[in-house]
Amino acid sequence: MDLHEYQAKELMRTAGVPIPPGRIARTAEEAEAIATEYGVPVMVKAQVHAGGRGKAGGVKYCKTAADAREKAQAILGMDIKGLTVEKVLVTEAADIASEAYVGIIVDRATKKAVFMVSAAGGIDIEEVAASTPEKILYLPVDPRYGLQSFEALRMGFFLYSDAKLARAAGKIMQQLYTAFVNAGCSLAEINPLVVTPNNELIAVDGKMVIDDNELDRRPDIAALRDESSEESSEVDARNANLTFIKLDGDVGCIVNGAGLAMATMDLVKHYGGDPANFLDIGGSSNPEKVVNALRIITSDPNVKCILFNIFGGITRTDDVANGIVTATKQNPLKVPIVIRLTGTNEEIAMKILQDNGFSASSDMDEAVQRAVALAKGGAA
Amino acid sequence: MSIFIDKNTTLIVQGITGRDGSFHAKQMMEYGTRVVGGVTPGKGGQKFEDSVPIFDTMHAAVAATGANTSVIYVPPPFAADAIMEAAAAGIKLIVCITEGVPVLDMTRVYPFVKEHGARLLGPNCPGLITPGESKVGIIPGRICTPGNVGIVSRSGTLTYEIVHQLTRAGIGQSSCVGIGGDPINGTNFIDCLAAFEADPNTRAIAMMGEIGGTDEQEAAQFIKDNMKKPVVGFIAGQTAPPGRRMGHAGAIISGSSGTAAEKIDAFKAAGMGVAQRPVDFVELISARLK
Repeated sequence: MDLHEYQAKELMRTAGVPIPPGRIARTAEEAEAIATEYGVPVMVKAQVHAGGRGKAGGVKYCKTAADAREKAQAILGMDIKGLTVEKVLVTEAADIASEAYVGIIVDRATKKAVFMVSAAGGIDIEEVAASTPEKILYLPVDPRYGLQSFEALRMGFFLYSDAKLARAAGKIMQQLYTAFVNAGCSLAEINPLVVTPNNELIAVDGKMVIDDNELDRRPDIAALRDESSEESSEVDARNANLTFIKLDGDVGCIVNGAGLAMATMDLVKHYGGDPANFLDIGGSSNPEKVVNALRIITSDPNVKCILFNIFGGITRTDDVANGIVTATKQNPLKVPIVIRLTGTNEEIAMKILQDNGFSASSDMDEAVQRAVALAKGGAA
Repeated sequence: MSIFIDKNTTLIVQGITGRDGSFHAKQMMEYGTRVVGGVTPGKGGQKFEDSVPIFDTMHAAVAATGANTSVIYVPPPFAADAIMEAAAAGIKLIVCITEGVPVLDMTRVYPFVKEHGARLLGPNCPGLITPGESKVGIIPGRICTPGNVGIVSRSGTLTYEIVHQLTRAGIGQSSCVGIGGDPINGTNFIDCLAAFEADPNTRAIAMMGEIGGTDEQEAAQFIKDNMKKPVVGFIAGQTAPPGRRMGHAGAIISGSSGTAAEKIDAFKAAGMGVAQRPVDFVELISARLK
């Protein structure tokens, strides 16, 4: 789950990271009032789950409170990568002497949380990593001991030769690591970490991504989810415990397992069709999940044919068959359905489907070809 | 011969009285796996299916049965603890089926398991099967048949699909291993490839990867440098839209976006066969068994 900048900063601030004061405005008037309260200059920053906000014109420097109102007016309602800006962060503008990058990510290779720090921060940090890798220090943290003082200080001195700044940066590393662990992050970034002309460090931008698997045990973090900034069908699917990504095609796919779901989409394309979505009903399914999946898929007017591809392991295919029967009794289908189903309890599932007037096949290529033909309006 | 499990595997089922645990414990017993015990705290002393003793702790279960392998079906908040409990009890192969284990839990579990000299498969994996001998996990036994092809995959159901197609074409398997799709897992492609290379009963290997990360690229390099046996690869997600980026850090640390094209190029550079569709494995593997 992505957090907004203002949410990530609040969690970092709680852990002690120095963050310039800032507050959320939903109207231009609120933005002006906040700017007046803080004193100018301020930054007005779009709060959407998209990178490249600055390049899209969603981050502006404002010299006066009236300027803040005008800029907020322009940014609110703006479309950034398909997302509508509904709120802006108004925050004190910092004078910048230098910009550093500090990131923590859970790394597959070392199987640890790894710090990455560079004195060459800012928006071109990926370019720095690619062309001058020696400018980045990587430091894996042993989760059993946590980040040690000497490790934090080593990163501090990698960024700054001035001992006072190095110590202050080391402290921020420890605070950021605490925030990272406490929120159950898979990623936390400060970019840039700024040295002001007064030789003080502040975190001007912050980003956090929360591991979805942490949310059940961290209700305070789960409550930060902003459903207004997500595709509504994706919100609906998540609330039904399904993984769903909407696409532009017309073959609605309902599959169990991410790998098979992707392979099914690949095969739809291979046979000349276009998938309408990625939908994984996951393992350990119950009939309710299938009912919800069908409801979500059929609410997309682009869908011309529904393709089930179920290979039962922990998913019992009879659960899926019962779900199909229940869902189609509640809401009769308006588009054709192709069912491919095999694996655990397959015999029971086939009987349930046949008793209710459905046909099903056990061959994936055959089912996909049939679904593609039906979506194109052809005969099965 | 096979890798990781065979007819001498003795198994404890952690979470044997739960919905999934009990269902799959029965399936494993019907397949012929030697299920020697189960663990559900508070139900120690009872019997599962009137035959398998249930224990309160892994410590008690291993002391009483001498089991060498465990399989975990407990809910996600308890999975990390269950893995460490198994390793501390002396289990040498721990298979964690549970999906949804927090990744920060896994950063602590991984070194713990290593220090105890155990192998972890998963989490979020379908387990493994040595056809005709033993199955640990949830792979449907009826789709497998004994033979000489090793299977290793990041996916669950996609693995069944390909095993099923091979079996229908008369191509049997030495062992099938699902390593799971989580960012931190106990066993990776290279561990399995090395084991298949050393297994006298394996003559060719089918490997199924997915978009994201660099595990497949590293596996391709390993194949090029260390393997004599032929490997055929597949990448799921060739048409998937680019996923949400993990800030700058994701791209910096991997130096790669983990696209299907990158992975397929790595396969080709390693001299591997590349299956475009799952069904292509049949022809590509057949050609390599001749």
